[in-house]
Amino acid sequence: MAKTIHLNKGLDIRLVGEAALKTEPASVSDTVLIKPTDFVGIKPKTLVQAGDEVLAGSPLFFDKNNPEVVVVSPVSGEVVEIVRGPKRVLLGIKILADKTVRSLQLPRIDVQNADAETLIKFLCSHGVWAFIRTKPFDAVAFPDIKPSAVVVCGFDSAPLAPSVEFLLQGKEEAFKKGLEVLSKVSGRKVHLTTHAKANNPGWANAFSGTENVVFSGPHPAGSVSVQLHHIAPLNKGDFAWYVQAEDVARIGTLVSEARFDGSRRIALTGSSINNPMYLDAVIGSSMAALLKDQKMADTEFGNRVISGNVLTGDKVGHDGYLGFYHHQVTVIPEGKHREFFGWAAPGFDKFSLSRTFFSWITPSKKYALTTNMHGEHRAFVVTGEYEKVFPLDIFPVQLLKAIHNGDIEQQENLGIYEVSPEDFALCEFVCTSKIESQSMVRAAHDLLYGEWVDSRKEPVHH
Amino acid sequence: MKPLKRLVENVEPHFAEGGKWRKYWPLFDGFATFLFTPGHPTHKGAHIRDGIDLKRTMSMVILAMVPALLLGMYNVGYQHFLAIGEQAAFLDIFLYGMWKVLPLVIVSYGVGLGVEFVFCIIKGHQINEGFLVSGMLIPLVCPPDLPLWMLTVAVIFAVVIGKEVFGGTGMNILNVALTARAFLFFAYPADLSGDKVWISGVGDKVVNGYTGETALAQFAKTGGEVAGMGGQSFASQADFLWAGFIGLIPGSVGETSTLAILIGAAILIFTGIGSWRIMASVALGGLAMGYLLNGFSGSFPDNGYLAIPPYYHLIFGGFAFGAVFMATDPVTASQTPSGKYIYGFLIGVLAVIIRVLNPAYPEGMMLAILFMNVMAPLIDHFVVQGNINRRLKRVKLATHG
Repeated sequence: MAKTIHLNKGLDIRLVGEAALKTEPASVSDTVLIKPTDFVGIKPKTLVQAGDEVLAGSPLFFDKNNPEVVVVSPVSGEVVEIVRGPKRVLLGIKILADKTVRSLQLPRIDVQNADAETLIKFLCSHGVWAFIRTKPFDAVAFPDIKPSAVVVCGFDSAPLAPSVEFLLQGKEEAFKKGLEVLSKVSGRKVHLTTHAKANNPGWANAFSGTENVVFSGPHPAGSVSVQLHHIAPLNKGDFAWYVQAEDVARIGTLVSEARFDGSRRIALTGSSINNPMYLDAVIGSSMAALLKDQKMADTEFGNRVISGNVLTGDKVGHDGYLGFYHHQVTVIPEGKHREFFGWAAPGFDKFSLSRTFFSWITPSKKYALTTNMHGEHRAFVVTGEYEKVFPLDIFPVQLLKAIHNGDIEQQENLGIYEVSPEDFALCEFVCTSKIESQSMVRAAHDLLYGEWVDSRKEPVHH
Repeated sequence: MKPLKRLVENVEPHFAEGGKWRKYWPLFDGFATFLFTPGHPTHKGAHIRDGIDLKRTMSMVILAMVPALLLGMYNVGYQHFLAIGEQAAFLDIFLYGMWKVLPLVIVSYGVGLGVEFVFCIIKGHQINEGFLVSGMLIPLVCPPDLPLWMLTVAVIFAVVIGKEVFGGTGMNILNVALTARAFLFFAYPADLSGDKVWISGVGDKVVNGYTGETALAQFAKTGGEVAGMGGQSFASQADFLWAGFIGLIPGSVGETSTLAILIGAAILIFTGIGSWRIMASVALGGLAMGYLLNGFSGSFPDNGYLAIPPYYHLIFGGFAFGAVFMATDPVTASQTPSGKYIYGFLIGVLAVIIRVLNPAYPEGMMLAILFMNVMAPLIDHFVVQGNINRRLKRVKLATHG
């Protein structure tokens, strides 16, 4: 019997544009872009040049801080551009994809008999280790550090997020294999988490060898930080691993079929999409290809194309590309409209955690929210809001103040290692003063991660 | 509204970066965002945002104060005509009160917002909505006949010394409206306390049995029995309590009606803006202290205040108004959920202690809240320290266990 953990705090933002549970192959993505900027704290070094031929599984770049781990190409084709920004910062590797994917043939590995070290090396050098990330920091795991816990989250609770069960459809065997591999390389039982309201809440019970935990309650129940906080809280110096469920299947495919599977099923969502559904695409697909068959809503100020969900995703635009870890694209209207006496209007169309708008009359209505800020930045005034959407035994406001003051000791005292920027997304959403807290936490983590990486390089003095 | 919108959009460039009136941008922004919600989209972070902003929040608080304001206006007229022994129609009563109260409201807002605008232009900040609430709170806690120049001085003092020197809305330590009230109380005691100030327009022509003392002032002598106040006499104690509950008794403009304040509390709690934790714990603290002091009433028969039923504290004076509208000010209250319980409870306790045990001050709510405003960061410090200790303990368990 799986343990059930109920979370009272949080908020499900009810949006229009949930993807129907049907899928089609995406239009073949002409170009694919793999962005090192999708990886936290990375110092990328390219392994390819423009003009090189690559196969699915060919190494593209690695992180100088974590050199054993390579990121590989999801498709076969030709490297057409090494995209660089100011100071020659590597922004992406663009590949012109073949119509049919040819995979790099990898050596076979016997999972049963291989030791953990060999297995880790195999995963690192063939591209799937990059899907194993750590809490804290959300950076790619260091292969030489054993985790304090391993979490595979079997649901995504973000607004309009895809059904993870549907993403795994047809990949159950690979998923099972991947769990086995994860357990072996970590030396730990994997915590497989599901949500009580899943279509089939018992689906995780089909996998033996995992520790299953059921969560119930609103978003951010699907946040790995929140889950760890309740399953195996992180102390300073601890690193827990987490892997998205589809990427566990990717690990399984690598070891059982000896090829890198670069496919990615994504949910195409949002109120501006006329036919929200799933698409079978590849990692790093172009938005042009993903949105090709969709008729966009005609809105006054255009639409915003987001790789990811509305709370934590990246604004990539119609000519952008899918983020490395993203399994969702959201398109919503831009909101630059000014409303006459909007602060005094009844507000039947305004979604709010508070009941200051008459939208409280319709508690299950779904909204087509725009990107409007609904206000201007102000000094912090209203207290008690963040706490309503923050299901951790951590004081979010006080932690943000410690970050604002640059007081690292106080940040550690208040649990900076137990949170991720995404955990503050709802705080940012509900904030009356429109304070942007995700970027504050990101900056604090970047500093701490940088220091930690540097401390690994320093010679040890006795 | 198209032409107005066009006007706003047309003059905007003059106030924008590089425009000729750049300096006055906060002024423009204040008016423009009053007329139209700002059209800014999100740039980073969450792409969608809650519909609420500080303007909406503050509008809700003002809305919650409207019942107290309207009843206060009526009551000012009602007490006036009772005191001079004249019959008057409902409308006359209300208009008299409005005639007295409206200038207070207008001066409070005019002066306060004026000071805010000046500071915003100097600092280049946007206008913060904080004073929209303070500006209404101040007249509601003043006696009806307060000279307007005194109000002006108090508002300037409160906004400048109480708020702007700390950095403006969100940065102040003391509640702004109570700072104004405390300034008046200590600078002009004759106009803010005693038995001459609570009923408007009373000269020498008063009815027989007139007493200008408030209920709180009488409690010390009578132990809770009140036969009459102002120009009215009560047939029974129940009549007196009822008058106190609906607010037809002398007092500051907006604080007399517990009923109107409860309606306000319901609005604040329902919309999620006012902290029910604070309101409930203030009431609980007051009741608890009241019961405790009842236990000493036998030992000190001279102080009748000790003997009054504890719930009287909640009905009379500024207790309810303070609990609902002042103690809940998020900027000056405790910020942590459990800190709010402690903060509120101690306000209730202190208010009753000051009322009952200090013969100089029949009312203690103002001082209790101001004192706890100062203590709030300390309460939060201990609450946060508790969280830190839990985390440290977990580390110890992990390393030793």
